[in-house]
Amino acid sequence: MSDTTHTGPMLAADGSPLKRSLERALRRQKLRALALIAPLLIFILVTFIAPIADMLFRSVENEIVSETLPRTVVALKDWDPTLGELPDEAVFAAMAADLQEAAKAKIHTRVGSRLNYETPGISSLFRKSGRQASKWDLEKDGPFKDVLIKSEKGWGELDVWKTIQVYSPKYTNGYFLNAVDLEKTASGISPRDEDQQIYITLFLRTFAMSIGITLSCLMLGYPVAWLLSNLPSRSSNLLMILVLLPFWTSLLVRTSAWKVLLQQQGVINDVLVWVGLVANDDRLVMINNQFGTVLAMTHILLPFMILPLFSVMKTIPPSYLRAAKSLGASNWTAFWRVYFPQSVPGIGAGSILVFILAVGYYITPELVGGTKGTFISNRIAFHISSSLNWGLAAALGAILLGFVVLLYWVYDRLVGIDNVKLG
Amino acid sequence: MTKQDQDAFVVFDRVQKSYDGETLVVKDLNLSIGKGEFLTMLGPSGSGKTTCLMMLAGFETATHGDILLDGNPINNIPPHKRGIGMVFQNYALFPHMTVAENLSFPLEVRNMDKSEREAKVRRALDMVQMAEFGGRRPSQLSGGQQQRVALARALVFQPELVLMDEPLGALDKQLREHMQFEIKRIADNLGITVVYVTHDQTEALTMSDRVAVFDDGRIQQLAPPDELYEAPQNSFVAQFIGENNTLEGVVQEIRNGVALVRLDDGKIIEAKPVNVSSPGERTLVSIRPERVEFNKDRLQEGAHTLQAEVLEFIYMGDIFRTRLRVAGNENFIIKTRNAPDQRRLQPGEMIDIGWLPEDCRALDA
Repeated sequence: MSDTTHTGPMLAADGSPLKRSLERALRRQKLRALALIAPLLIFILVTFIAPIADMLFRSVENEIVSETLPRTVVALKDWDPTLGELPDEAVFAAMAADLQEAAKAKIHTRVGSRLNYETPGISSLFRKSGRQASKWDLEKDGPFKDVLIKSEKGWGELDVWKTIQVYSPKYTNGYFLNAVDLEKTASGISPRDEDQQIYITLFLRTFAMSIGITLSCLMLGYPVAWLLSNLPSRSSNLLMILVLLPFWTSLLVRTSAWKVLLQQQGVINDVLVWVGLVANDDRLVMINNQFGTVLAMTHILLPFMILPLFSVMKTIPPSYLRAAKSLGASNWTAFWRVYFPQSVPGIGAGSILVFILAVGYYITPELVGGTKGTFISNRIAFHISSSLNWGLAAALGAILLGFVVLLYWVYDRLVGIDNVKLG
Repeated sequence: MTKQDQDAFVVFDRVQKSYDGETLVVKDLNLSIGKGEFLTMLGPSGSGKTTCLMMLAGFETATHGDILLDGNPINNIPPHKRGIGMVFQNYALFPHMTVAENLSFPLEVRNMDKSEREAKVRRALDMVQMAEFGGRRPSQLSGGQQQRVALARALVFQPELVLMDEPLGALDKQLREHMQFEIKRIADNLGITVVYVTHDQTEALTMSDRVAVFDDGRIQQLAPPDELYEAPQNSFVAQFIGENNTLEGVVQEIRNGVALVRLDDGKIIEAKPVNVSSPGERTLVSIRPERVEFNKDRLQEGAHTLQAEVLEFIYMGDIFRTRLRVAGNENFIIKTRNAPDQRRLQPGEMIDIGWLPEDCRALDA
């Protein structure tokens, strides 16, 4: 039987399918390889994948309302807020019972804070009424509509009950809506008041400034990378050390150095005033604004542009440029038609690296950005550590992550991620 | 300037080149290349041949002296205005362009219109028998195919002068031999002038009209291949071109165009004095392995013979290669044709060897 006439799967010498024998032969090798990477895999799962998954979950999770106020959630189901009337006594009685139980367990303030993100003022309702709830006799003290409103006027407001009803499901898209300046109301999704809209602006500003930083890194980094790959090795090694030098200094030191240089009483302004280019009472504002952030971050992220560019450029032999010139191309044409297209993978790799790093940057915008030059990451940090609205922080982070993944996908389609080399 | 220089297409006039200001890589180069000539620069690496080519192409500047192309000095003309075609060692085909785009590139930068470009590209590809590969990328071609495309690209804009920098270096032996003939045929058909750089002497001998042998920044000999092989002017050329046997000795007497050389072991042989002038000078006597004769019937009457011991016999198919000990030299090689009547020498055998005096050249030591 020859190979050409054989139509079924290839068979090994013992008659079993060749594919299966090959798999069996490689199984041991694969298991050993898996064992070798297992520590790293577990480490990454625990410290990287799991927190991200948890964060993504937090951005939609809303169990606290239905868990703390189970009776109220059920009773509110049939209430129609569009009629413009408060819910009936059954709802108030359910709320009183839930409040009493929650107060006993000391968790009533938590649900208060949760709902306070949506409608300010609810937090104090829960806190103050919760304090009195232990004295209520659920059998005799009714009707609770009066009891609750007497304890806190807020219970008589339609908005409070609307908010509780809207946020009673276990999962909500409310955080994501908030993250894009929308809000969830009883009558559907509507844009927030104009004076409360900040996130879209922040996202746009973050992306615009990151693009600016990426472009300025490219403009400054391309010639340096070209020099690095074309100078004789002694000079290029020295240049490489200069490029890598910033990595040996703390990020905080570098950012603080920019503060010293750029502030109004700083080195640059002093020099300009001394030379006479700038009047003493009209010193340039170069920090605590977008200019300061772009400048400092371009400096900090520049190596991340130069290194991928260099790694691509050093693989382009100088004979290509010579060949182009021998074929009649001027210096510019030879560069633009022959050298530049071959350096595009480096530009892509450097740009995507710098852009992704810039979009999520936190420390530098925080220190030199002021109010006009901060990024979405600074807002996320604010919600994580100050306002404690983790759900909103998670939603903002998820949007950022989604955008970066989308960018990565687009890059892969356009340039091919295989072309990204870092050394 | 001599009469010959005025006819020449390419002239190197007292050209020197130094990279570091301390040593000269090219020392006082004078060379004129005629129109339509196929000239090869041959030499070991570091001999200055590639530097000469790069100066001609315009990628290096001459430290001193003039380079003339068709009578005009080109020292200050940038490479892209010289109109010289060039084939590079690693072909330097642009990897982001297809074969056809590669060929079209030199025509585009000359602002040729599309239909004319396409016609020329097609003709050039036909010439190297690569017509059906126009749409491929260079990385999808084999080494030999890439080499053909590189050749076509250097020729497509119809330069009168084409430079080739070890173009066949990356090919295997069989393909290399085939491409040698191919390049020679195309060059002859088009009537272009070719300056070809190689360190492979077979390539130089088979392809060239004239060969310039480079060593130490100078041309050691400039001659047609047969003259170079049969009449080397000095011992470097004799050693570098082809296989060569050398015997050391002292010139005893030069008379009637024949030098008597006393070898270091006291034996006397006759040789043709090439660059020895007076008795008492040390000399290196050079004899080609195929010109050595051990069959007494084929030697001249009264020819000087030397006794030799057979050390090794190597069967090489078309020829036999025998290593001998002659006058203290244990690497004396003779080559004999594998003919039916040819005797196969046995190791240990003692034979008498001889040669015609004109095949034995007394060169500088």
